Amino acid sequence: MRKLIQFGSLPSATATAAVPGHDSAIGHVTGQAAYIDDLPGPKGMHHLAVGLSPHSSARVLHMDLSEVRRQPGVIDVITAADIPGHNEVGAVYPGDPLLAEKEVRYAGQMVFAVVADTLYNARCAVAHARIDYHLQTPALDPAASIRAGLTVLPEHIHERPLPAPALDRGAAMSDDTQTSGNVDKALQRAPHVLEGEQFIGGQEHFYLEGQIAQAEALDDNGLRVLTSSQHPSEVQKLVAEVLAMPLHAIVAEVRRMGGGFGGKESQAAALGAMAALAVHRNGCAVRFRLPRADDMQATGKRHPFHNRYRVGFDDTGRLTGADITLIGNCGHSPDLSEGVVDRAMFHADNAYYLGDARVTGHRAMTHTASNTAFRGFGGPQGMMPIEGAMDDIARTLGLDPLDVRKRNLYDEAHCETHYGQHIDQPLIGELIETLEASSDYRTRRREITAFNAKSPVIRKGLALTPVKFGISFTARHLNQAGALLMIYTDGSVLINHGGTEMGQGLHTKVCQVVAKELGIAHHRVRISATRTDKVPNTSPTAASSGADLNAMAARNAAITLRERLVDFAAGWRGLPREQLTLEADGLSAGETRIEWSELIQQAYLGRVSLSATGHYATPEIYYDRKTGRGRPFFYYAWGAAVSEVHMDTLTGEYRVARVDILHDVGDSLNPAIDRGQIEGGFVQGMGWLTTEELRWDAEGHLLTTGPATYKIPACGDAPRDFRVALLEGHPNSQATIYRSKAVGEPPLMLAISVWSALRDAIASLADDHTSPRLDTPATPERVLMACRAIREAHAHDAPSTRKEMTHALSEK
Amino acid sequence: MVMTSGYHGESTMLTLTFNGHPRQLDNIPAQTTALALLRDRFATCGTKEGCASGDCGACTIAIGTRDDAGHLHYHGANACILPAHQLQGCHVVTVEGLAHGDGLHPVQQAMVDHHGSQCGFCTPGIVMSLFCLDHERRHHGLDSPPDDDTIDAALGGNLCRCTGYRAIRDAARAMHALPSPVSDDTVDIAPAARSTTDGFYRPESRRELITLLSQHPQARLIAGGTDLMLEHTLALKPLPELIDLSSVAELKHIKEEKSGWWIGAGVTYHQLTSLLAEHYPAFHTLLERLGSQQIRHRATLAGNLANASPIGDTPPILLALGARLRINGIRGAREVFIDDFFTGYRRTVLTEGEYLDAIYLPRLRNGEQLLAWKLSKRRDDDISAVMLALRTVIGEDGRLHEVRVACGGMAETSQRARHVEAALEGQVLDDEVLNDACNALAEDFSPIDDVRASRDYRLAGAAGLLARACHRLTSRHDAIPMTLEEV
Repeated sequence: MRKLIQFGSLPSATATAAVPGHDSAIGHVTGQAAYIDDLPGPKGMHHLAVGLSPHSSARVLHMDLSEVRRQPGVIDVITAADIPGHNEVGAVYPGDPLLAEKEVRYAGQMVFAVVADTLYNARCAVAHARIDYHLQTPALDPAASIRAGLTVLPEHIHERPLPAPALDRGAAMSDDTQTSGNVDKALQRAPHVLEGEQFIGGQEHFYLEGQIAQAEALDDNGLRVLTSSQHPSEVQKLVAEVLAMPLHAIVAEVRRMGGGFGGKESQAAALGAMAALAVHRNGCAVRFRLPRADDMQATGKRHPFHNRYRVGFDDTGRLTGADITLIGNCGHSPDLSEGVVDRAMFHADNAYYLGDARVTGHRAMTHTASNTAFRGFGGPQGMMPIEGAMDDIARTLGLDPLDVRKRNLYDEAHCETHYGQHIDQPLIGELIETLEASSDYRTRRREITAFNAKSPVIRKGLALTPVKFGISFTARHLNQAGALLMIYTDGSVLINHGGTEMGQGLHTKVCQVVAKELGIAHHRVRISATRTDKVPNTSPTAASSGADLNAMAARNAAITLRERLVDFAAGWRGLPREQLTLEADGLSAGETRIEWSELIQQAYLGRVSLSATGHYATPEIYYDRKTGRGRPFFYYAWGAAVSEVHMDTLTGEYRVARVDILHDVGDSLNPAIDRGQIEGGFVQGMGWLTTEELRWDAEGHLLTTGPATYKIPACGDAPRDFRVALLEGHPNSQATIYRSKAVGEPPLMLAISVWSALRDAIASLADDHTSPRLDTPATPERVLMACRAIREAHAHDAPSTRKEMTHALSEK
Repeated sequence: MVMTSGYHGESTMLTLTFNGHPRQLDNIPAQTTALALLRDRFATCGTKEGCASGDCGACTIAIGTRDDAGHLHYHGANACILPAHQLQGCHVVTVEGLAHGDGLHPVQQAMVDHHGSQCGFCTPGIVMSLFCLDHERRHHGLDSPPDDDTIDAALGGNLCRCTGYRAIRDAARAMHALPSPVSDDTVDIAPAARSTTDGFYRPESRRELITLLSQHPQARLIAGGTDLMLEHTLALKPLPELIDLSSVAELKHIKEEKSGWWIGAGVTYHQLTSLLAEHYPAFHTLLERLGSQQIRHRATLAGNLANASPIGDTPPILLALGARLRINGIRGAREVFIDDFFTGYRRTVLTEGEYLDAIYLPRLRNGEQLLAWKLSKRRDDDISAVMLALRTVIGEDGRLHEVRVACGGMAETSQRARHVEAALEGQVLDDEVLNDACNALAEDFSPIDDVRASRDYRLAGAAGLLARACHRLTSRHDAIPMTLEEV
């Protein structure tokens, strides 16, 4: 067996000495690391607050903001009519006005803005608006929207109008031996067919730092925007469009975000544009921070999904066909929903060879905030049907769900996805074998079965679920990055790149790469804010691609400078070029040694350019939307998790008692940072599937507008027994940065094992022969109701086992 | 003379010690939060606002006071909902105040060593909560890693969205092994100014309090402020006049009597901990899930009653115990039974000029049992969807007597479940009796669907808690676990 990194057994000195920690770690723990709201602010800076729509669907009849203008401290009141350029901040398609004009399309939509001397005054003034609305009936049920033909994407981009399937994969065949690929026939012929339905809830990002931007005028008619955004180039572009200014007049800058998770990919732009508009009108600098409740109402979340599945399988549990329908609730506008639902479809197979398969994705419009990117970008929601089906098949056949999963994994013989991509490194079989052994899955399964047989109130559940996650933006042009590398005459090095730091350790990884390529100590390399005037036309830091793209661009810049330095040294000292290497803070050539600082000074004196740009574009990826086939992903990242839950059948309360994870990051760039991503992603995914419940009232008002009602995992929810290991010995088969793999999103989906384990615990109430429906988030309420439902159904089906179901008292 | 100089504006200072340095301030409006003081007035922005409602902990600061022996003790508090005026005479330590020169505090060093930060926004709050834990453990000479329960309790009020907490827990386990930080016992803490105005009144005796009540009928009463302050920070309501109960000497005491205890209105949950642990273990267990350590160090039992929230955690327990309340005010003192205290949604019998002075907890007699649990989406720092408390005596005949059952989250106030009580009273517990009791819940309560739970779950969950109570009362103490804690 390949040797694994076992973090738990490593003493801290060893764990931390080998690789650098987060570049801002000391700033974080001392409070010195500044976020936008912490900055002193330019002289005379004002603050902005927005008036939000109280209705989910209405026409704006009349707006009287005169009282707002009269409030203490108010400097300006801004409506859509005041926008000099486009009133549009949609990321891909139009549909997201900066300020609502004639109609409001969700409760929480920004309608007008107030600029005042303090944030408090601006917020207080907002309440004095008098706006008359003509209320319309909102669309709030995505399935009903699909039936009514209400979708967010314009009809012209589809081959046929909805409600016909927007992207019918048809008979996307994945088995070379089959000559015809008709999923309906495959399902007709299947020895067993089962179907299911599930509702998968959305998720609020709950970045701890809320959305914020600050803008100020430059003395040359330009504008500088500080933004907490994963996509500064888009902020730059949308500010320019809203103000009708050229891109080169706008600088967008991001030093760090207090969390992003996808919520600051497209959603941050409105804040930047709003602040810039206020600066444009008033001259003074303006800061715009959304208080938590406004943030949660105004900005989009993870898409809720309505999923349906029909799967055919043989007596061993092997899939012969699958027909999966995914309805993404996109909210009121397209935003990034094209890609989100695409990615859900691309992940409907998760790690399994589906046989003949049809995956249909719908993009439903509802009058809610436009749902957006969130770690996994639809992938998690897309995986849920097949993971649910695996458990259902096992219970139908009386098998351990792990055996059904293993029977269906991609392997060397079954390695083409339902969209035609060949999988060249199907690591999942070996990974699961390893994890199954290291987690003692079989022993624990027997113990849990024995425990449950004797335990009337408390039940345990166990599940192992895999993850296969495709790495690359599905929008091909985004798969590029740039970097700017500068060496100063003291030998210190400054790197800028297009990626943004939101806590994931990207800057640390990029510095590591530069230091390695130049053969210098890590501390010599400094990274500064991401700025659109240093590296232009950047892609969002998203799709887990931050290090893949930007570290590669930085590496290319470093290689350019390295070659330049070596060329120079060869000429300067008359050394054979091929013998020169940059290593250990200097240049080595046999016996000759030139210290780094000296080399740099001599190169400068020798009039060598000490700065360089680097660029990188991911090779070999393509996708044809018309046929639904291609190679959208450069490679796949793999992982698997075993979760054990303990559940109280009287109340639906539960605990995640133990989690074992084995995850594939290729050759890790930074094991400590990667482990942080795995653990953090897992717990965030666990929150999505368990306690994080978004609730709206019947009129479409969000009820969960703060942490008092929206419950992300707390310290006590994280598994106490949390064993995480990186899969060793499998460098990426593709030529990524040092053969590493992306790690931002894939681990989130490891948490599906928690949901599956809860279903396992519930199924124990019916002798493991019935598969309970368990929509998510699986709050204690949903778990208790699922327990009751399965007990009632089981009592009806099998009266002979009734004794087992009655609660403990009856046995005493 | 009750009215001392401060109320007439002679001394309007807010005097405190900030990271070791004395500060004197004036013109601080009553509603000003400690967070605004730190960020806007002191321009120290390490302390963050994540929610402005005391739920995320990014704003956690340490508040230090001396014990009788002169040692400093710190507790964490949510600066976002803490009135700045309550820092009067305290040593306020923020994340900027821990490192000395280039030397990080052991808590900071442990967080760096164990990769305990990612985005870093929650980190200052986490560091401050760990600082309070570390400081207290070093004071007690504990040279060992805190256990999981201790760590979870210390961090229950600090949300982190990035790390998944494992790295932070590792840091918490490692900090004790790092060298002790510079002692702060020599810090010279500026004494509290005698009183302040700016609309924030700090009476130090009952007499002063009652005088203030008559002089400022519009003023709101505040103790922990962990509910009231949200009216300002979330709903933007002005709170121009506040009368602070937390410095009234007579209200800060727990007074033991033969058959129970009087709990003063200024006694915080934290100060109740040892009493509850010894005499009401079920209450104590519940207390560990009430709010967070930041909240429990500020909030009071009296506050939980006086704000009359239908989802307060403690009213059902006090109803089950049959607590008595002493009300005081400008027209004199009176006592009411807890049963008569709540009159409707967020309404009580308290009238203008009155305040809740103390709560009497009757001592459990031999054989008397108190059971209490809450149900919520998240285990820690969440508000009850359902709360159930039951007190009874099992007689020698094996029958339940003097049954008192009360629920929260099931009606517009916390309420006794009279039909349930009737179904249990005088009965020997068996399946049928339990069934009757569970069915009686629907006669007692007609709960609503809301953001925390549905009507169905409230009824089903309350029935589940009743069943759990019955298991506990009839427990044979065998090996089969009946709760998650017993697994």
